[in-house]
Amino acid sequence: MIDGKFAILAIESSCDETAAAVVLDGRQVLSNIISSQIDIHKQYGGVVPEIASRHHLDNINHVVQRAFDEAGEKRAAETGVPDARVTMEDIDAIAVTYGPGLVGALLIGLATAKAYALACGKPLIGVHHIQGHICANFIEHKELEPPFMALVVSGGHTNIVEVTDYNECHVLGGTRDDAAGEAYDKVARVLGLGYPGGPLIDKIARKGNPEAVEFKRVFLEKDSMDFSFSGIKTGVLNYVNSEQQAGREISVPDIAASFQQAVLDVIVAKTVQAAVKMKKDKIVMAGGVSANSKLREMMAAECAKRGIKLYHPSPILCTDNAAMIGCAAYYKYKAGEVDDLTLDAIPSLPL
Amino acid sequence: MGTSIIKIKNEHETEAFGRKLGASVKAGTVIALIGDLGTGKTTLTKYIAAGLGVTEQITSPTFTIIKEYRTGRCPLFHFDVYRIGDIDEMYELGYEEYFFGDGVCIVEWADLIEELIPEDALTIRITRGEGEEERIYEVT
Repeated sequence: MIDGKFAILAIESSCDETAAAVVLDGRQVLSNIISSQIDIHKQYGGVVPEIASRHHLDNINHVVQRAFDEAGEKRAAETGVPDARVTMEDIDAIAVTYGPGLVGALLIGLATAKAYALACGKPLIGVHHIQGHICANFIEHKELEPPFMALVVSGGHTNIVEVTDYNECHVLGGTRDDAAGEAYDKVARVLGLGYPGGPLIDKIARKGNPEAVEFKRVFLEKDSMDFSFSGIKTGVLNYVNSEQQAGREISVPDIAASFQQAVLDVIVAKTVQAAVKMKKDKIVMAGGVSANSKLREMMAAECAKRGIKLYHPSPILCTDNAAMIGCAAYYKYKAGEVDDLTLDAIPSLPL
Repeated sequence: MGTSIIKIKNEHETEAFGRKLGASVKAGTVIALIGDLGTGKTTLTKYIAAGLGVTEQITSPTFTIIKEYRTGRCPLFHFDVYRIGDIDEMYELGYEEYFFGDGVCIVEWADLIEELIPEDALTIRITRGEGEEERIYEVT
């Protein structure tokens, strides 16, 4: 306990990022360390992570230590006690992402969390990665409470999720092929913009005309809350090929803007439709793509029309991070949901 | 081994080809898919999976590199190695356990890890045909 508050050490390693955080009572973040955002190489002689699990292994102990160090520094600043520290003794539970994700990557976080839980005699709480993304909003918006409709959009996920309580949700729709962020990455590749595609397309699209090219909006069956973004990627490719074959010059900003408009038209329409249908007056966005400025703009306009309140986290909490995992774990713990050391990584864990 | 060229007119023909392949492919086979962005590698995989009896939704593995499906008559491991920067990363992912395991592996962008693809793998090179929906499968 820290200041009478329940302290969780949270670990996340489901994909590219190695992350650790110290979170109090679910919503107060003492530290939130993401490996790609600190120069571990310089500080600790570690390696900046890529996809392979070895990089998680190289990083994880440094990232956890840094999470404790920064939590201590924050305590020192808050309390005025210069040598205030946060150590494992202050921690009440260990939280960890156990799926979905890349199995080798998940296992590193999981093995670390289990080792701490066993060695220090702390309860272990396994968290679903998507649940974590949604919970990022509880950290950002202290007054936010379920129920609400959630849109989770990232490089690996696109889901509409009805959140009825802290630990209760129903997936209403998901992608049938590419995730939204993945469509952005692939189209950016076609347009020669580089990686990551989301922020680059968002930026260059501001200079383009979203009505320049008519890309097909794929709504699937009537009332379906699923998505399909594979076709629009092929649509962009076909358009670029046919223009080039005809010897016409293409406008990258126009194509980027038109592509983005087509993707976001579908995402916004389906999310708002889901909220209206399930009688929710709040929409919560989460995941990396929820930092997209055009998506926020369009969603805000559509929500305003219908009297729906819109929430989204700040960029640091949109990306993969461990604070969100600590938040989700807190509410699981409060509901008595604690795991034991048999907890395993599940690459395709359903929500 | 011989090469056969199959002309695919539209997605219906992709479905027929994929389902037939999925129904007949032996456990332990590696299927290497080679083709540019938007040629339908993931779409073909969906139909091979259907032929294998997989009931789960097949989604793109680009982000997570590997996705596993265990609802068919044998496990299906769906790879997208586009994000693999260095061949060593395949070893770190433990690819041997999948390639030489008891399931069917489908590998998108297999040309990027050519030296790791087993000799007895089934290779399908996909190129675009004349029409927007047309594809040519070169199967070896």
